[in-house]
Amino acid sequence: MNISMLLEMVADTIGGQVAVGTLTYAQLFERATAGSKLVGDRLIAIDINSEAVPIGLFSAALAGVPYVPVNYRLSDEQLRAVVERAAPGTAVVDPDVVARLENIDGLQVFDRPSFLDTVAAGADRSDAPSDPDAIAVLLFTSGTTGTPKAAVLRHRHLTSYVLGSVDFLGSSPDDAALVSVPPYHIAGLAAVLSSVYSGRRIVYLPQFTPEAWVEVARREAITHAMVVPTMLGRILDHLEASGEGLPALRHLSYGGGRMPVSVIERALTLLPGAGFVNAYGLTETSSTIAILTPDDHREAIASDDPKVRARLGSVGQPLPTVELEIRDGEIWVRGEQVSGEYLGIGTSVRDDGWFPTNDGGRVDEGGYLFVDGRLDDVIVRGGENLSPGEIEDVLVQHPAVTEAAVLGMPDDEWGEVPIAFVVAHDAVTELELQSWVRDRLRSSRVPVRITFLDELPYSETGKLLRRVLRTKSES
Amino acid sequence: MELKAGSRWRSAVCDTEVVVVRAPSGSASLECGGQPMIAHDAERPDGATLDDAFAGGTQMGKRFADPESGIEVLATKGGAGSLSLDGQLLALKDAKPLPSSD
Repeated sequence: MNISMLLEMVADTIGGQVAVGTLTYAQLFERATAGSKLVGDRLIAIDINSEAVPIGLFSAALAGVPYVPVNYRLSDEQLRAVVERAAPGTAVVDPDVVARLENIDGLQVFDRPSFLDTVAAGADRSDAPSDPDAIAVLLFTSGTTGTPKAAVLRHRHLTSYVLGSVDFLGSSPDDAALVSVPPYHIAGLAAVLSSVYSGRRIVYLPQFTPEAWVEVARREAITHAMVVPTMLGRILDHLEASGEGLPALRHLSYGGGRMPVSVIERALTLLPGAGFVNAYGLTETSSTIAILTPDDHREAIASDDPKVRARLGSVGQPLPTVELEIRDGEIWVRGEQVSGEYLGIGTSVRDDGWFPTNDGGRVDEGGYLFVDGRLDDVIVRGGENLSPGEIEDVLVQHPAVTEAAVLGMPDDEWGEVPIAFVVAHDAVTELELQSWVRDRLRSSRVPVRITFLDELPYSETGKLLRRVLRTKSES
Repeated sequence: MELKAGSRWRSAVCDTEVVVVRAPSGSASLECGGQPMIAHDAERPDGATLDDAFAGGTQMGKRFADPESGIEVLATKGGAGSLSLDGQLLALKDAKPLPSSD
């Protein structure tokens, strides 16, 4: 089925209820219908978060063309390269972006205000295209090599994800979700689909700052939110400093990168009314494939059993609709929401439906999944595989250490050896940290060099930029 | 009737509408209220009536499946009739509610 039917069902049932900003579900569907008459071969969105995101997503779906959200923070050169690949089509962009798109063949450009004005007139309903194999979304990912690749998500992938994980109109009328992840991130799109289908009002934060996030969460009585690890740490810092609480917040999910256990422990203390969900997923799997539930969090934090306690650092168990296996240390998944496809490259899903995630991981005896990070980041020292995450976890347990990143450095004797970059808030020496790691892990895991930094480089969606550190370590 | 994935059908005797999420393995007749369903854009036939044996009702937002043929449908509108495939009632597909991760 087509993702626009998810909205159509909700608009037919609770059409008068607010969907996003001040728009009702009925208005959102009318505007998307009007938008579908405007778009060409693709709808390319280069914008911050606003109601133009769900309107654009469903406009493209109703027109039967892909929605292509692109990061407006790309350099002029990168942006043009991506848009030239995505064209021909119709672009809906922030007014500041218009001048950056001059003279691109086959591209019709609307700035956001003129798009919103035009679709406000609405349009007559027509049936959505029915092909479940049609492309719903193309998401450009920069990867580590720099050449952008476009992940392909078809209508059947996204609808399978939503139907399998969200109850139709399962929200209560007071529920409100604060969405601060950008629209060109899979979590930003999953938030639109899940919120709409469950009947939960979306409140957008156009650009994230911890102050703005807390202010909007309090003002709008936000009940649900999703954050990436760096956001959560900064939100907690702000709450601690201001002494403010978030009394309405019942549900906080996090994902998109490795979350230090210490941050979760702080969050559980500072936000006692909230249930926490750790979500693990990839763009290629239409978002979440495993979750650590609120009950899992409570059980782990209250447990004296080190194995149960350690689950606070896991991503929980696979969704009931997803099968998961560890093969040679790599996480493989199978399910109807799994795409694994890149435009012009093809799919990595095998004939039997299994998809290698390129993430390393392990499953404990209770079925809880621990993600070690990208296999490309595994350090091979003298034939032994070292997981950077395992060493990072030990480093951040040191009372003076706030954040840590570990990567491999070429070495003549061992092939690779681990080195670390550390952000410390108290005085500590390289030697002290090395012996801290040696006391807790095998000696092969002790970083041969530890560099102290003021901050670690992260992408705006919370991914540690190891390639930036790698460049730093080589210079 | 060709029950392709993505195709939309409506009841001949009540308000029920469905979309086929997964197609059945062979040819089959999808019914609601005991009467074959009609294409979403087709006119309702005269004289068709709700069969009391298939009058349990269909709830919007629920999924129904038949493991044997593999068909799965989503009710996009509810109605008074129950869904069946070749005369066999379709089973409601249980879904365990999950905490939101988005």
